[in-house]
Amino acid sequence: MSKKNSEYLINRRDNQYEVVIGLEVHAQVLSESKLFSTSSTKFGAEPNTQVSLVDAAFPGMLPVINEYCVKQAIKTGIGLNAKINKRSVFDRKNYFYADLPQGYQISQFKDPIVGEGKVILDMPKGQKEVGIERLHLEQDAGKSIHDLDPQNTFVDLNRSGVALMEIVSKPDLRSPDEVNAYIKKLRSIMRYLGTCDGNMQEGSLRADVNVSVRPKGSKEFGTRCEIKNVNSIKFMQMAIEYEANRQVDLIEEGKTIDQETRLFDTKKNETRSMRSKEDAHDYRYFPDPDLLPLEVSDKFIEELKNDIPELPDDKKKRFIEEFKLSSYEANILVSDIDTAKYFEEVVTKMGKNKDIKLAVNWITGELFAVLNSKGLEISQSPVSAKNFAILINLIKNGTISGKIAKTVFELMIDGDKDPQKIVEEKGLKQQSDPKALEALIDKIINDNREKAIEYKQGKEKLFGFFVGQAMKASGGKANPQLINEILKKKL
Amino acid sequence: MSDITKQSLTELVENIKNKKLSSTDVTKAFIDRSEKSEELNTYITNDFTSAIDKAKKFDQKPNLDLKLPGIPMAVKDLFCTKNIKTTAGSKILNNFIPTYESTVTENIWNEGAILLGKLNCDEFAMGSSNETSFFGNVQNPINKNLVPGGSSGGSASAVAGQLTPITIGTDTGGSIRQPASFTGIVGLKPTYGSCSRYGIVAFASSLDQAGPMAQNVKDCALLHEVISSYDPKDSTSIDFKRNHFSKELTNNIKGKKIGIPKEYRVDGMPKEIEDLWQKGIHYIKDCGAETIDISLPNTSYALPTYYIVAPAEASSNLARYDGVKYGFRAKGENLIDMYEKTRSEGFGAEVQRRIMIGTYVLSSGYYDAYYLKAQKVRKLIKNDFDNVYKKVDAILTPSTPSSAFKIGEKTNDPVSMYLNDIFTVPVNLAGLPAISIPAGHDSNGYPLGLQIIGKAFDEQNILNIAYAMEEKINFKNKITDWWIK
Repeated sequence: MSKKNSEYLINRRDNQYEVVIGLEVHAQVLSESKLFSTSSTKFGAEPNTQVSLVDAAFPGMLPVINEYCVKQAIKTGIGLNAKINKRSVFDRKNYFYADLPQGYQISQFKDPIVGEGKVILDMPKGQKEVGIERLHLEQDAGKSIHDLDPQNTFVDLNRSGVALMEIVSKPDLRSPDEVNAYIKKLRSIMRYLGTCDGNMQEGSLRADVNVSVRPKGSKEFGTRCEIKNVNSIKFMQMAIEYEANRQVDLIEEGKTIDQETRLFDTKKNETRSMRSKEDAHDYRYFPDPDLLPLEVSDKFIEELKNDIPELPDDKKKRFIEEFKLSSYEANILVSDIDTAKYFEEVVTKMGKNKDIKLAVNWITGELFAVLNSKGLEISQSPVSAKNFAILINLIKNGTISGKIAKTVFELMIDGDKDPQKIVEEKGLKQQSDPKALEALIDKIINDNREKAIEYKQGKEKLFGFFVGQAMKASGGKANPQLINEILKKKL
Repeated sequence: MSDITKQSLTELVENIKNKKLSSTDVTKAFIDRSEKSEELNTYITNDFTSAIDKAKKFDQKPNLDLKLPGIPMAVKDLFCTKNIKTTAGSKILNNFIPTYESTVTENIWNEGAILLGKLNCDEFAMGSSNETSFFGNVQNPINKNLVPGGSSGGSASAVAGQLTPITIGTDTGGSIRQPASFTGIVGLKPTYGSCSRYGIVAFASSLDQAGPMAQNVKDCALLHEVISSYDPKDSTSIDFKRNHFSKELTNNIKGKKIGIPKEYRVDGMPKEIEDLWQKGIHYIKDCGAETIDISLPNTSYALPTYYIVAPAEASSNLARYDGVKYGFRAKGENLIDMYEKTRSEGFGAEVQRRIMIGTYVLSSGYYDAYYLKAQKVRKLIKNDFDNVYKKVDAILTPSTPSSAFKIGEKTNDPVSMYLNDIFTVPVNLAGLPAISIPAGHDSNGYPLGLQIIGKAFDEQNILNIAYAMEEKINFKNKITDWWIK
């Protein structure tokens, strides 16, 4: 494999292959209750405690659409710059499984709620547009648990009926890196919208990955394989890499690729055949007669449009224009809504005389480092945006040096302390009184006369020695800029 | 007490309100007669003991403002009743006790009625003779070894045999009207969306509709008034202004225009049905209404369309009976084996046949040719009705192409059994209301019914026409109590 010109290609002998990837992302709708029932969707409850008669498909029970979930899907559609279909239809996808109580999943087949759209990815070589084929609403199934008992399978229906958005991309992705960027972008947009929490550990975001390969330059698609239900970006990337190489090997051996559904084995790091096209289920889709077609008015859509917050792409543009940030910095700050929120709060709290660059450096530097080491999200930051802003202002107005600020920051972490108070209590205020500093420097020069002479004779390296001595004598509090100036004058 | 069970609902309500009868008197009378009528096999489950308790409780503090004050009644075993076994006539639900109540039965109990028990029906309402029930045939009170029709056969028998003053059935393709016709009673299939389907074991969701069955039109109007309500728990329930059907009931139908569709004159239809229809036309005119010859050109496609749409929906609706969550479960080697054994042992032959037809017509490669085409034809059938309703107020047809047949006569010939629904299924496909009223007897003295089909949400109109005709027809059911020893 080579990454010539940062293009992801698979090389065999003299042949180069391009990888074509399309994703079907299943995103759990952020909603208190399920798609067609009033049961709670809270994660982590005791098995079978969030199951209504509708979820368990008791005789005579009927689905009633949850309007909130419909709004969430439409908002997501708007966030994906997609066409909102004013009329959509719920279909039944029929198959038998123990964790599918109805014997069918209510989904949308021919007429999804959201049509074509697009998302923009920021890749190192520039922007890339990925087409969205559609977004539809569907019910999640329950969970079969096979490893609790050697003889029996247990079924937990808490998840049964939870609303999912299936977001289908066009086959526009060309590398594991693009898949990474795509998933992160989708997640970011949905978190901005509040339509999906994007929590992959809890299964709120999973994907079926369609992979095919073709000789570089070819316009036709190769035969694709679908890798089912991959639940982390890392596994998606590993699965794609394995699968693309497997397909290239088959072609190189003169064999054909069978269109099939495959599973990714995370322990062996390989994909395995699950079922061939011939064995594919016949889902017998037909419109669910228990539900009328879903119709939404222009007004309904307009009201939701008015409710859409500033999304990552627009926010990034604004950050660059308003705060003079680089594209790289803006990307880091907007990619996660909570980071963007934190940053904007810091900016507000810094007041008029603010140093935004400094704030950005401190957020992406010190703050991220602390969060990383503690395994925290920025929303759980031990230092509030308010105190963070005060700290940046203390540096900016020369009250403390950047170095002291690091000490102050360490102390702030424990209990979100006010940096102003820390500076006062610990006496960390920077010494910026020129007279006091001159006296301090005079003493140092006096104490190190020989070195002062050497310096004058041209041993310029010794300047650093004097700075160090001055800082040491001031307990690190001396204003380094002033020290520099005075030393230059005195030596 | 024996004459209590001969009284109509209207009479019973009046007598209870006037304190001439207590709920306990009435309840005991119907229980007594029900207990003597085991041979009819109308009940799958009785709840007699608690019915008497409820009646006594009612009498202690009677609320006479209710529409069904202390009136005992049995209901089709397709309605889920809280804490009372609900089987849908199937082995697969033989042990199923719901923890919830259907909206329609809830409405009934809220008006003061008391549950006597659950009535026999074709398995999952699939049948026209009540012979597909896991719990055995139901006898028609008209004569021994005569089917009561289906699928609401137990319901029809129980009303005709005076084991319950009124009842409710469900009608997917004629399951209220055909048995009403076979047993000489009145049965109304309301407009789709008029009565909630919540808590009714589903057969074919886009066709199923609950409706009243009674001795006469007035009783039917009163019961319909009770059961019809908008229900947000059923997404296909329709929020429209519902009439006070019993209060607004009138026999004045002067000037009404009644359509007579030529396509209902089918090949091989017995002369007595044709004669009955002509008699009906005569009565209509007698009432001061006008008859107009009309055409519903797509009528002949209704039955094949129905036998695609209904099984398709049923095949999916019945997928939930898999032995996993409730109901009958057979032992199996693995999940698939368990499914296969549960469903082949739990479902009867007719249900299995329809599941297979339904699965077939929805299969990829066949969907367009069958299901999709059927949906298109369904639209055409509905358009036929819409067109004629520009010039007529209602339509008069026979309810069935024949009178009740013998038990076992058609069990080996499903197609001839399906032909029984020929006059009733177009109404379900179009979502319209229709009522069957007893209008005469055949040469054996078996009852024959006429069907009045109305515009959507126009139940009041067809009830009025039926009410006016009922007066002219003056039908007397020939019940000999042959089954009571």
